[in-house]
Amino acid sequence: MTPVERPLSPFLIYKPQLTSVLSFSHRAAGVVLAVGTVFLVWWLVAAATSERAFTTAQWFFASWLGLLLLLGWTLAFFFHLLNGIRHLFWDAGMGFDLRTTYASGWTVVAGSLVLTIIAFAAGVAMRS
Amino acid sequence: MARHSLRTPLGRAIGLGSAKHGAEHWWAQRVSAVALILLGLWFAASVIAHAGADHAAFVAWLKGPITAILMLLLVAVTFYHAALGLQVVIEDYVHTEWLKTSSLVAMWLISMGLAVAGIFAVLRIAFGG
Repeated sequence: MTPVERPLSPFLIYKPQLTSVLSFSHRAAGVVLAVGTVFLVWWLVAAATSERAFTTAQWFFASWLGLLLLLGWTLAFFFHLLNGIRHLFWDAGMGFDLRTTYASGWTVVAGSLVLTIIAFAAGVAMRS
Repeated sequence: MARHSLRTPLGRAIGLGSAKHGAEHWWAQRVSAVALILLGLWFAASVIAHAGADHAAFVAWLKGPITAILMLLLVAVTFYHAALGLQVVIEDYVHTEWLKTSSLVAMWLISMGLAVAGIFAVLRIAFGG
């Protein structure tokens, strides 16, 4: 008996596409950055409060947890920035065809990785 | 596009959906996004330049009028843009009406409160002795 080739339910064969992954990631990165704004305010308020408060904040951002958070925010920042520019082009009615959409998508992925590495290397170089 | 549209010519001309104010939110999100391209890049460069800076150096930098103005703009536009974005996220994923409404109110109040705290901190440094 040969098995019959029946169609499968969409949820069994669904594969994520670059377009949908980047679309969701744009939102996720935005939420991550919104959380980061709390730390931005902490940084500014600490600087306005006292030398001790600012030193504590700077100590936290230089700790392994602080650096890990900064790395995440840096990646989220550059991704949201580049993909946001991609969205602005779409809003202007440009780059809608599938070829361009995938090309711009991969450009955003590569660009945000490269800029994150450059920014982090520059930050480490400034500290030492 | 217009040939298949279900909207009336008047509806298209006014540009309002059923909620009557969708276009304003959309437009505000885009305008703040364009501002944040420049402010964000300036901020990223500034954070890198002040990695490990001591208090005196940081305060001296933030006291500069151009720096203070850019930082005030960054804080104001960032929180506005973030609140507009978080509003859409809440509207899309929270379906219980009372929870959605209270989440939106809480999110906007916290966002504006943090923005004022950040702005006050910058002003205090800029005008402080």
